[in-house]
Amino acid sequence: MLKHYRALLNKGVMGINKRNGDYILAYNPRHLYPLVDDKLRTKKLATEKGLGVPELYGVVEIVRQAQDLPKLLSQYEDFVIKPAHGSGGEGILIISGRRGSFYRKPNGLLLKESELVHHVVNILSGMYSLGGHPDSALIEYRIQVDPVLESISFQGVPDIRIIVFMGVPVLSMVRLPTRIANGKANLHQGAIGAGVNIATGTTLNAVWFNDVVTEHPDTGHKISGVQIPYWDTLLSFASSCYDLTGLGYQGVDIVLDKKKGPLILELNARPGLNIQIANMTGLSHRLQRVEAQHHGLHDTEARVAFAKQHFSV
Amino acid sequence: MNNRHLYGLVFVLMAAGLGLFFFKVTVLGFPVTPFEESEIWDVEASVSFVAQKKPVRFSLFLPRNTERTSIVNEQFLSRGYGLITRNDDGNRQAVWSIRKDTGEQTLYYHATVQREGISSGRKIKKIPDVVAPGFEGPFLDAANSVVSEIVSESADMDILVAALLKKLNSDKPDDHVLLLLGKKNTLDKKLQTAVQILALHGSPARVAHGIRLKEQGRDLPFVHWLQVFDNGFWKNYHPLTFEPEIPEDYLFWWHGAAPVFTAKGVDNPKVKISVSLSLESAINALVDRGQVLTPQLIAFSLFSLPIHVQTTYRILLMIPVGALLLVFLRNIVGVKTFGTFTPVLIALAFRETELVWGLFFFSIMVALGLSVRFYLEHLKLLLVPRIASVLIVVVILMAVFSIITHKLGLVRGLSVAIFPMVILTMTIERMSIVWEERGPSEAMQQGFGSLLVASAAFAVMNIKMIEHVLFVFPEMLLVCLSGTLLIGRYTGYRLTELFRFKVFLKD
Repeated sequence: MLKHYRALLNKGVMGINKRNGDYILAYNPRHLYPLVDDKLRTKKLATEKGLGVPELYGVVEIVRQAQDLPKLLSQYEDFVIKPAHGSGGEGILIISGRRGSFYRKPNGLLLKESELVHHVVNILSGMYSLGGHPDSALIEYRIQVDPVLESISFQGVPDIRIIVFMGVPVLSMVRLPTRIANGKANLHQGAIGAGVNIATGTTLNAVWFNDVVTEHPDTGHKISGVQIPYWDTLLSFASSCYDLTGLGYQGVDIVLDKKKGPLILELNARPGLNIQIANMTGLSHRLQRVEAQHHGLHDTEARVAFAKQHFSV
Repeated sequence: MNNRHLYGLVFVLMAAGLGLFFFKVTVLGFPVTPFEESEIWDVEASVSFVAQKKPVRFSLFLPRNTERTSIVNEQFLSRGYGLITRNDDGNRQAVWSIRKDTGEQTLYYHATVQREGISSGRKIKKIPDVVAPGFEGPFLDAANSVVSEIVSESADMDILVAALLKKLNSDKPDDHVLLLLGKKNTLDKKLQTAVQILALHGSPARVAHGIRLKEQGRDLPFVHWLQVFDNGFWKNYHPLTFEPEIPEDYLFWWHGAAPVFTAKGVDNPKVKISVSLSLESAINALVDRGQVLTPQLIAFSLFSLPIHVQTTYRILLMIPVGALLLVFLRNIVGVKTFGTFTPVLIALAFRETELVWGLFFFSIMVALGLSVRFYLEHLKLLLVPRIASVLIVVVILMAVFSIITHKLGLVRGLSVAIFPMVILTMTIERMSIVWEERGPSEAMQQGFGSLLVASAAFAVMNIKMIEHVLFVFPEMLLVCLSGTLLIGRYTGYRLTELFRFKVFLKD
């Protein structure tokens, strides 16, 4: 047991206690959490800084507004409805088209207008928010997945998670939806996590549940060695999020749109640790390196350059 | 992080707690272990009856000082009743009376009793009168033949009494004994008959009644034995071993043929005797004997609280221990649980139900509640009404469960009622959400984790030694706190993470 403990320590694998005690508690002041827990605030901050986000079509804050929803939606063919304080992808409704007065979901099922309104009312009641607090519903642009990533995912929207520490991207992975994961990009629900080389933006090994895989189980395409488009933009977006929120340790989720390029989806003040498995690399050594040297890195370019120099593979 | 500050704080707390602990143990002589064989007991008689708008008169025999036990302190709770106590032929009696009263009434007698070493006591010069045996006709003949039989076999009083008791207790009693005992051959009746036969023989004798100061308990039964006057002393004879001695833990209460109480003008009179170890008095006794030097420490300790509040604190003080264990299991071992303190609260409920039944009830309630919760999912209810519905269903399930187990004769089933239902409801809600969002295996893992932690907390919180130490030395809570603070800065791996990250160990 002690041998295993030492082996993990030598590889720099970070445990939950260390993440919480030495990084989240130390670098993420609690008063900044609302900036990332509320997706609407995150979106506004990112827009002010000129970072790409999915366009906001409208916000529903009280039940009365839900009745006017169809009028608001009439000008959009497809859109996404999500809770402002949701977590783990819960409560997200994607509408990919219309048929008469019906709304069509990506899997082909049709929704009545009343069902759509009911879903929004549920979001407002806090059904999907942390702690069950009343919430608001965001209606926004539906991502058209970039063709490179589309070939290695099954339905849903793959996203790129980058862990940023003091503005320096330290570890990254791309999360690919599978049939089992029901189109969701959550690793514990069965999505594939593939590590990404910070220096080059090419994918490394991929982990599916606890196994290492090389091909996507549904599409059959090779997963490792794929070049993620716009990689430098992704890194600079991720790095800018530090200036955006002030959170020292955060996870930045970015999607790639066919037409609009990288768009910031959400930020996370308590990013998970499975990204270490997807990369087969521990976080600790990289974090310590940044802790020692980040004082000399004053802007995004310097931070990204530092990451590319030190964190290849 | 400023760990030095934390270590300093931990050191101060630990030193304060342990320092006070050792001071109290070594200098003041506080007991570290619970009293196994306590000398001092709290005895309580609760008298209850329903008054009938008539004058009430309630007489109750009371224990008295004997050569075996002394009454250190006694109190009456009379609620407006007139109270007199009187001595009568070696018995003490309390008489409560009132001109008129209605409804259900409860009066209390409370005594602190100290056991003395066994001594033979004072020699009584005047030989007590022998009460007339009161046998007539065939009964007199039968008694006379019993007397002549046992006298012919015996050389002294011990052998005579043993022979008599043996005869009366025989599995195959002869015709004389059958006639004398009649159909109602209880121990009390046998002893009364023995008294009558000894009277016929010319020896003063009486039946003594008392309770055992052995285990703490409520509603204790009376024990009976025989007392025979021999050579200036009342000697005690055990009714079943026939030996001229009774167990040390017998407390003499009263003697004679009369019942422990007589009541006039009331319905449904009852007397219940309860006994508990008196830790407070034991420590006060240390003070009296000069072994505890600073009584101020007692005056401001938990012992100064009323007994029922003390009982509550005995349980409350165990919660920090459960919390420390929970912190250890969650942050160092890495067991997943529902809610933060749910397992500790479940463990508290287990104290009433016992572990195995508790686990069984809890699993059944959660399983049933969960199936209802999954059904409610279809109705698309909003959050608060949904949780409230689950709560209502949980209460209904608990009631139904209690009724069914009661009908089946399982007494334990009733204790399901003490499960904290809000905790049950929240466990069900959390479990169903984890089930939906992270799958059944994760939900089961957390469910088993919760029960595991609850069982461990139950086991630790049930250790009498720890309960005693925390109650007598509440400063140990500071040690508990410092342990928790230390774990609060443990940033190493959790035991379960060694498995989570096992792919890193492959090469």
